[in-house]
Amino acid sequence: MCLAVPGKITEIHDSDGIRMGTVDFGGVRQEVCLQAVPEAQVGQYVIVHVGFALNVLDEEEARETLDLLRQMEDAGRSEGASE
Amino acid sequence: MKYLSEFRDAGLVETLLAEIRRSVTRPHVIMEICGGQTHGIVKSGLDRLLPEEISLVHGPGCPVCVTPLETIDRALAIATRPEVIFTSYGDMLRVPGSRSDLFTVRAKGGDVRVVTSPLEAVRIARENPDREVVFFAIGFETTAPANAMSVLQAERLGLTNFSVLVSHACVPGAMRAILGSPKNRVRGFLAAGHVCTVMGTREYPSIAAEFGVPIVVTGFEPLDLARGILSCVRQLEEGRAEVENAYGRAVTDEGNRHAQETMEAVFEPCDRAWRGIGTIPESGLRLRPDRAAFDAERRFDVGDVQTEESSVCISGEILQGLKKPIDCPAYGTECTPDHPLGATMVSSEGACAAYFRYGRVPREEPRA
Ligand code: SF4
Repeated sequence: MCLAVPGKITEIHDSDGIRMGTVDFGGVRQEVCLQAVPEAQVGQYVIVHVGFALNVLDEEEARETLDLLRQMEDAGRSEGASE
Repeated sequence: MKYLSEFRDAGLVETLLAEIRRSVTRPHVIMEICGGQTHGIVKSGLDRLLPEEISLVHGPGCPVCVTPLETIDRALAIATRPEVIFTSYGDMLRVPGSRSDLFTVRAKGGDVRVVTSPLEAVRIARENPDREVVFFAIGFETTAPANAMSVLQAERLGLTNFSVLVSHACVPGAMRAILGSPKNRVRGFLAAGHVCTVMGTREYPSIAAEFGVPIVVTGFEPLDLARGILSCVRQLEEGRAEVENAYGRAVTDEGNRHAQETMEAVFEPCDRAWRGIGTIPESGLRLRPDRAAFDAERRFDVGDVQTEESSVCISGEILQGLKKPIDCPAYGTECTPDHPLGATMVSSEGACAAYFRYGRVPREEPRA
């Protein structure tokens, strides 16, 4: 139920007074309510649950996490190699 | 950045697993709260790749599973009425009530429709002014803002034929109930990532401090799950009980204020019954008194419902981390997704369904 999927905003519009947008989920496009993410812009990724964007994803944070993990992986490899 | 494939990198998951193996020196029981995480774990087989000291138990974070039988029976009674179009998330259709399920109501001519978004239910109400449209508003904090939005939108559009049957649950109360039970064996939590996307992390420090358990906000991809488990294991090994956020790309400490305000405009906290578990104080949401016009329970007097729960189903114990699906004598025999005895075998997030779907059989699994 709490399944929420990241998708990219391709367009933003108003529908009956609600901020809505088209979000692309790997090729599948859907109408999504953007009311809770007034700062979201076209091109950004939002995390969407039951047609409702919960947040804009933090790209910098995601990159840092992956970089840290890759460093950990490299460290593990060189350790393994020296054994 | 696609935010998906990067977080499924098998090499990085293995690196984290190696780190977990290095960190662990003694047994730990860790509970993942969210049923979505349970599925992620069982699907990726992460639980089997962990060192044997670590036992993952599956939490109550499956809204379909914890919706009280009484509420399901009410839903069935409302959905049977000829003037009603009953709208629901698909997961709810096959959940067994005392004597029937929504799927059967539909097969017998009831107008039951699956929606993927609550705003779709509002649209149906708008297109069918001569019918009563009821939306089954279930879910945790993740879903509450969207469900609240449907009420606000119906109000804005002046719709008088739209109402909601509310069964909202909140996670922190359930965590307290699990930890406070004399039978509890959970020593650390992976907090539900998307609940925290909405609510932030402010509800957790007091729980971590009071019960001395680490709480790590965790995402849903294999990398996220392994990272959450590693943080939790490190804390347990070092004797720390802190709140950590291992899902920073989607969760901030304060959560989403706009979503919280939407929720608060429509719902207020209340005590709530959890199927199989019992009533937990301050663990649910109900419509605020000024939104009572949208309350389906008031609009349709369905009278006293007489509930009748399966006598063999142990889903309540599973949802509290006391047992695993394979401990249930009915698992895979009397109870299968085609003939479910409990909601945990039906929901896409139920632990029994996850075990069944990914082929877990009792003799293969060490009993917890
Ligand atoms: S296997 Fe079926 S009967 Fe047993 S706990 Fe799960 S849902 Fe209930």
